[in-house]
Amino acid sequence: MYIIVIGGGRVGYYLTQALLGEGHEVLLVEQNTRLCDTINDELGSICLNGDGCEAVTLEEIGTGRAGMFIAVTGDDEDNLVACQVAKHKFNVPRTIARIRNPQNETLFKKLGVDVTVSSTNIILEHIEEEVPTHPLTHLLTLRDKGLEIVRVKILPEATTVGKSVKELALPAESRVALIIPREGKPHVATANTILQGGDHIIALTTPEQEEELRSALRGS
Amino acid sequence: MKVVIMGSGRVGAQLAEMLDAEGHQVTVLDNNAASLQRLSRDFKGTALFGNGLDQEVLKRAGIEAADVFVVVTQGDNRNVMAAQIAKHIFNVPRVICRIYDPLRQEIYQTLGLEAISPTTVFAHLLKEKLDTG
Repeated sequence: MYIIVIGGGRVGYYLTQALLGEGHEVLLVEQNTRLCDTINDELGSICLNGDGCEAVTLEEIGTGRAGMFIAVTGDDEDNLVACQVAKHKFNVPRTIARIRNPQNETLFKKLGVDVTVSSTNIILEHIEEEVPTHPLTHLLTLRDKGLEIVRVKILPEATTVGKSVKELALPAESRVALIIPREGKPHVATANTILQGGDHIIALTTPEQEEELRSALRGS
Repeated sequence: MKVVIMGSGRVGAQLAEMLDAEGHQVTVLDNNAASLQRLSRDFKGTALFGNGLDQEVLKRAGIEAADVFVVVTQGDNRNVMAAQIAKHIFNVPRVICRIYDPLRQEIYQTLGLEAISPTTVFAHLLKEKLDTG
């Protein structure tokens, strides 16, 4: 697939390297001449010196035939505009923008960017996960289905300890999929499975029901 | 009329003063405190320091009750993004933004933004001057 990457910073560099490794045709656009030269020296001639928000530049590099367009500069506004130009002027089927301000996620979606990746949110989540009492961790988002897979830790003092899965007031769209006990083997949850303190529960839910699922499983 | 102007450069500050003199309620927003100094002492509106791409800052500037939002910072992309926040998140009735790059201006105009390219406007103005001798 022909993939265009905007922004040759650290994210852009390693992303390009990885995509090349997977056998894709990749073109990186970077505004800084010196950085561009370095990248061309190291990765081969794949970096173009230019402005990835400019329609002329995007025309030149054949954006019309790109299967994917990924904007990973350090500025949200530049990533937004690059993706919008790619989408609306060149009809690129899939545009991905990196965002720094988590607030911009909704805005970018509304404005036609297909996928947003918030580095701030990802880092926050990974750090929060290390906090022992952190109740719920996102493992995977299935955007096209509007579902997410989450992990919930059951604390030993939770009021749901000792209850079976069918006794829990689980929200309608949520499913308990797997239980990973503190000791022993992971098992698929059935209606009669009893929750134990220290269990990690892998569940499927919608973003709206996340909070409800959390309290159904932890009893608070 | 309640007006929020983002970008207190020469254009933003001048427009703010013109509207203020006409009796409109004007708030000027800039993320550079020195730029806000451009506003004259007679300016009766509000000068606010902050980043206009932050929705909380825009709320503080009163965007929710604004009739007009004008964005004239130095960066085309900042202007485009702020204008779209005003239009699509806060539903401001009238949003006008400056985009220097004529091609970008064209794209966003078709996407429904009221965008002005000073580059194009000025080039035409010069041409007109030359034509009329």
